[in-house]
This record gives sequence, structure tokens and C-alpha cells, in this order.
Amino acid sequence: MNAVNPVTATQRQFISGNEAVAQAARDAGCRVAAAYPGTPSTEILEYVANYSDLYAEWSINEKVSLEVAIGASMSGSRALCAMKHVGLNVASDALMTQTLIGAVGGLVIVVADDVGLSSSQNEQDSRYWGRFAHLPVLEPSDAQEAYQLTRTAFDISEQFEVPVIVRLTTRICHVKGVVVAEPAVQHEVSGFQKDPTRFVMVPGNARHRIPKMLARDGILKDFAEQSELNRIDPGSDPRMGIVTSGAAYYHVKEAFPNAPVFKLGFSHPAPIERIRAFADSVETLVVVEEVEPLLETELKAAGIALKGKDLLPRIGELTPAVLRPELSSLIGIELKSASLIPTAEVFPRPPTMCVACPHLGIYYCLAHLRNTIISGDIGCYTLGAGHPWNALDTCISMGASLSMAVGLDKGRAPGDEKKNVIAVIGDSTFLHMGMQGMLDITYNNANVTVLLLDNRAVGMTGGQNAPSSGLNLRGEETCQVDFRKLCEALGVKPERITELNPYELPTLFKALRSETKVEGPSVIITNQPCVLTERYSQLPPLKVDLDKCTGCSNCLDVGCPAILVERRETVIKPNGREKELSFVKIDTAACTGCDLCTDTCAPDAIVPAINTNAINAVEVK
Amino acid sequence: MSESAVTNILVAGIGGQGVMTAADIIASTALAMGLDVKKTEVAGMAQRGGVVTSHVRFGEKVLSPSIPPGEAEILLAFEPAEALRWSSHLQPDAMAMVNTFAQEPPVVSIGLFDYPENPMADMARLPLSLYHYDAGHAAIELGDRRLVNSIMLGAIADHLPFPAEALLESLLQRFARKGEKLLQLNQQAFELGQSAFS
Repeated sequence: MNAVNPVTATQRQFISGNEAVAQAARDAGCRVAAAYPGTPSTEILEYVANYSDLYAEWSINEKVSLEVAIGASMSGSRALCAMKHVGLNVASDALMTQTLIGAVGGLVIVVADDVGLSSSQNEQDSRYWGRFAHLPVLEPSDAQEAYQLTRTAFDISEQFEVPVIVRLTTRICHVKGVVVAEPAVQHEVSGFQKDPTRFVMVPGNARHRIPKMLARDGILKDFAEQSELNRIDPGSDPRMGIVTSGAAYYHVKEAFPNAPVFKLGFSHPAPIERIRAFADSVETLVVVEEVEPLLETELKAAGIALKGKDLLPRIGELTPAVLRPELSSLIGIELKSASLIPTAEVFPRPPTMCVACPHLGIYYCLAHLRNTIISGDIGCYTLGAGHPWNALDTCISMGASLSMAVGLDKGRAPGDEKKNVIAVIGDSTFLHMGMQGMLDITYNNANVTVLLLDNRAVGMTGGQNAPSSGLNLRGEETCQVDFRKLCEALGVKPERITELNPYELPTLFKALRSETKVEGPSVIITNQPCVLTERYSQLPPLKVDLDKCTGCSNCLDVGCPAILVERRETVIKPNGREKELSFVKIDTAACTGCDLCTDTCAPDAIVPAINTNAINAVEVK
Repeated sequence: MSESAVTNILVAGIGGQGVMTAADIIASTALAMGLDVKKTEVAGMAQRGGVVTSHVRFGEKVLSPSIPPGEAEILLAFEPAEALRWSSHLQPDAMAMVNTFAQEPPVVSIGLFDYPENPMADMARLPLSLYHYDAGHAAIELGDRRLVNSIMLGAIADHLPFPAEALLESLLQRFARKGEKLLQLNQQAFELGQSAFS
């Protein structure tokens, strides 16, 4: 990683919301930052890692990252942890008690909601955590505000001794805009001061902290009523006034440039009295909030009449294209049909596994196994649910493949005795939240075959390091987890642990068949690196000898995106039935020679390519 | 602020083609021209061969980062079927620059869906000013398929509210430290795009 030179305060930078958060943390004197990778928040820590003057880590999971940040805060350092929305569910155990203790050094929790589900299993609204945990919530509307509000969050955290949630959404994290930074500050570290009545949350102590937390709610509410982070854009047309926050603010401004807007930067506790006064100044009040009707419910409870989710969707982004048709009638505008160019019907292009991905062979085999229940997890291997494999039956949360497999085994219906329960999980997910499930399998002797796909990286988020990589966030060497020993320590019998190369298809298939037949827990560990990482080295590409290709389409079952159909033919078999043949070619410029498909080709039609042009094309860097 | 004060460019393609880099280069040029700029993409799984789009908006003041449907003025499409997919996001009489080098996804290859028979003929029926060129093959002939990116930037260079040289300069800045040869190749690709799409 390169060290980044400090920027001058007047410099206009073009950076994303994630990068702005990282820079703000550094400029605010943050000393410890921790995260587990997760879209859309991953890049925050990658950017923080560029600053050599503060400690930054990939943590094992989000709960760990929050606890690292809590420890640093208790030491009097400013600390930040970042996570995607579902990460805060994992971290919530610590969160719900830390709120009683509060912050010493500024403690900022950046949580990124995937509004629109670009890469997540749900679309939950993290603003709830502010209500649940009695914490203030700040919501930036663009990269510049992501910078400013992250800096402000540290100040608020120390002023009120409270952890602060900065809620981002995908449309903040991944949008680049113009950002002007402010001069950096140094933060004095007070050091850890023993204070058991505050830091040791046993019932006797916690009981006394609850009234302090409730009193803090009132103080924060007063602060919200005064805060400049909440402001009104007057507007010229008082027929409709809009209360909004986050990314939706600019969507509102775009869709209704003349409407008065109450913009919330400090969105919880809400400045209800100021909003009440605003409501009195407009004909109809509309709350535009992304995902849940949280503010709407609170304002209604305060007796403020408004429109909200009765008009607007509770799912997805509230873009101008969504807002205009729903709200224009409130200001008496008849919408003319927006788009004059018709929508074309085009095939879907779903994300798929990479060329030469080490998971391809696994799913080729799983797709060919019968009588299976395949319990899946969160990672690239979730793509195994798609075509052509269709070999994943469940996906819920990090680590669930293993623990759910216990239930799928123990809860099986009479007649299902012959079904093999297989759990599929990656290395980083196993370390994040899978180890407990593994121990549950062995402790309760569940009849489960675990496929531990160790590609030495967090693949789905772009190949980040994890304890399985032997490298830390900054790429420095550190301990590397030995999965065989770990599984043994978790109670798997040594003879039931198979380590293999997932590119060796016959070995893999044999191991899967034999291990699924054995009663009790067994683990198959694969040992080839993610193709997105430097660890992966590509081999000379392959091509198809069309004279030898019989059109059997076996190789297409591998699902490698470099294998393409050249032409189709329908033939009549001797029994009179029609059979479709697919003659294939290999995109030699994309192929990295993993050789997996050659094992599926009976007539040996897949051979080394000698197209040197294509090889050169691959090698130019 | 009238809507026309903001320029809306939609860059579309598939993961791994350099869509986001191209959008970045356009955006940083606009920034260098002293304009307000926002750039957003939907690319949660961009490295997995999925659809990638990037919205670039610039002008005196940009509000929402997303181009509303029917308001894009320029489409820079790195793949013909993607051009067709996103054409409804364009305003009538918009300009569409399309790389005609087709890339079939596995779902098409295994026969679950059909690739449009003639996407350029479909595009030609729309009220657009359409320019197309096989930038994919041209890039491979130049020696690196990743040069598609520079060819496509060349394609729009003469249609932006700032000089083509400014865009070329932003492009070359990216390769400033990667050697003279790569610099020349990218300039060559850029100029090829400028002439081939006119």
C-alpha cells in the first residue's frame, strides 16, 4: 500500500463517500480503525490503511471490530469501526451494552445500508439501531458530508460521551463527488482510567448506568433541535414541504427544486419541534426516508400530519424517477410520460464465478451428486445457486451453512435418511462465524459433510486479506490459520479431514462421494487461491479442437465464463429422439489455463492454445 | 438551475471491461475544468461478469448522482447488448457510441436465453444518433484488449463541453508512471476511437 501525502485544505478532491469517511477519520485524529469487509463499506478500511499514522485492521468479524474500537475508545483514543448493515447485527451484542458505558475517546460506528440490495441478503434499515441502542445517528447526503459528518461524529461522541452511528447507504459509499477537506487536528489520548462502576457492566453497575443513558437521550434531543446539521432549504412553493435525510435529499432536490426541504443531518433523535414548525409553514408535509417509516412513525406519534409510506415504497432507493410520479400530484403537476425510448427486452446478465475460479470444480461435482441438501453461506460460492450449477439450497447469514446443517440433519423427515447434508463455506466466513457451527456439528455428532473452500481471501468483496491469507490489512505477513489443525481442535476426527486441490476433478468427486457416505462429521478443505489475488498464477490458455469436439456440452456444466458455444446442432439419435449438441470454443484471451474443463472432455478436444497474440494480450500489464 | 445545465453521460458494459475507469476519467476531466461532478455506479458484483453502469453528471451544480431514466444525453456502451439494454435510459436524440464486440454471458451460452440477433439494427430504429465500431477487435489488434477503454473515450472526445485534449490528458495521466510504450498505445487507441466513431 502506498502512503498518501497529506492534502492541502483548499484542494478539491474527487473521492467516494467511503474514501471521504477514511480521510475524515484520519483528519479527526482517529488512532484505531477496524472493520470486516462487506459491500458497500469495504473500501473505508482499505483507504484508512493508506495512512501509516494510525492503526488499522481487518477484524475477524464485525463484533470483534466494534470491540476493538470500544477498547481503543476506553483508552482515550478516537476510534472508528465500519461495517455493512448486516454486520451491525453481528456487533449488536457489544453495542447494546456499550451504550450504557458510552465513549471516552470519540467512538464512531460507520454502518452502510445496501439500499437497493446491490450485494446483500436483505435491505434492513440501520437507523433502527440508533433507536434501539439510544445512540445518535448522523446521515450524510454525499461525499462532502460523509467527510464533514464523520469529523463531527467524533466531536459529538466526546461531547456527550456517546458512541455515534454514521449511517451511509450504497449511494453514499460508492458515489464520487467533490470533497474539500478541513485542516487535520491532533487528538490528545487520555489513557485508560480504571472506573469499574462504568466499565464493568454487571447488574449492580449497569442498573445505575441506565438512568444516565435515558438522561442522555433528552440532552441529545435538545441538541438535535439546535444543531446546524439539521437545516431548512426555504423553497418557493409551500404546497409541499419535504423532510428527508441521506442520499434521498439530493433526489428530492432534483425532483422538486422549488419545494421547501427540511434536511436532517443529525437524524436521531429527531428535532421534532423544529419539524412541527416546518410542517405549519407548508400545505402538505411529506417524509422521504429510505427503507422504513421510522421518522414518519415518530412524527405521527407527535401529532404531526404527513404523507410518507402511504405514497412511497418501503423498498429500494427513492430516486427522482420514484419520487416524481408519486408526489407530483400534491403540487398539481400532471406528469408527462418520462421516457420516450421504449425498454428493450435483453437477456439477464447475472454475476457469475470468475474464469478459473477454484469453486467451479466444487459446483460441477455438487451439481452431479444426487440426494443432497446443500446448505450455503455468504460469499462467492453463493453464486453456485445460479446457472449452470443450481447446487445451493439455502443462504441466510454468515456461518449459517454449518449450524443450519445440524438442523437439516436432526430435523430430517422420515424417508429422508438417505439424503446427504452438505455445508459449503469459505475460509473467511468460516473464521468470521463458522467455527461455532463447526463445533456444534462435532459436539452434537451431526451427519454433515463440510466443504471448507479455502481460497485464502475474502473473495466476494474483491480479494481482501483474512487470517487465512497470512497477511493483514496492510499486506504485512502475520500468522496464517491452519484449517486442518483448527478443524481437528474443533473435534473433527483427523481421518475425516481431507485436504485437496479443487482443480483435480476426479479426486474431488471421489472424496465427495466417499465422505458423504460416512456417518458423522467430515470436512473437505480445498487449497487453491482466489484468482483475484496475487497468490494466483495463471497458466498458458487452452482452446478447443473443433474437429474433436462432439458437442456433448459436458464442459459447459463447469460454468466457466471463458467457455462459449460456437454453434448448436440438433441430431436424431438411433432411438429416434432429438438431441441438442453444443460445439464450444474457449475465449483464449480470458482463459488462464486452470485445466478444469479438460477433465470433463472425453474426446480430449480441449488442448493448449498456441495463439501467441492472445497470450501477449493477457500478459501486457 | 435548469436541467440542461447538467451533462449526463451513461457508461455501460460488463464487469472487467473498464467501465468505471472510463467514467472516472471523464469525471476527473470535468473536475479539472472547474465543474461540479458526481459519479455513481451500480457494480456490487462488478468483478463477476455482471452488468455495470456508471453515471457521470457534471455542470455548475449537480444534485442527485443518478441520471433519471430518459435523461441521459450520451451513452458510451462497451458491449452491443448492453447498449440496447440501456437505450431506454436515453433522452430522444441522444448520442450513442457503441462497441460492437459482443460478449455472451454463460446463461446465453448454455442456451437459456438468446442474444439479440442484431442489436445495432434494433438501436438504429430508435430516435438516437448512433455511432458504432468494433473497438474490441481493434483493441486486440493494437495488442491489449483493455485498450477498449481508451478507444471508447476517444469516441466521445469531440462531443463533450470541453476540449478533446483535456480528456486525452486525463487519460494519459493514468498511465504516466507506467512507461512510454503504454502511454503511446493509449494515445493511439484514443485517436483511433476519435476517428472511427465519427
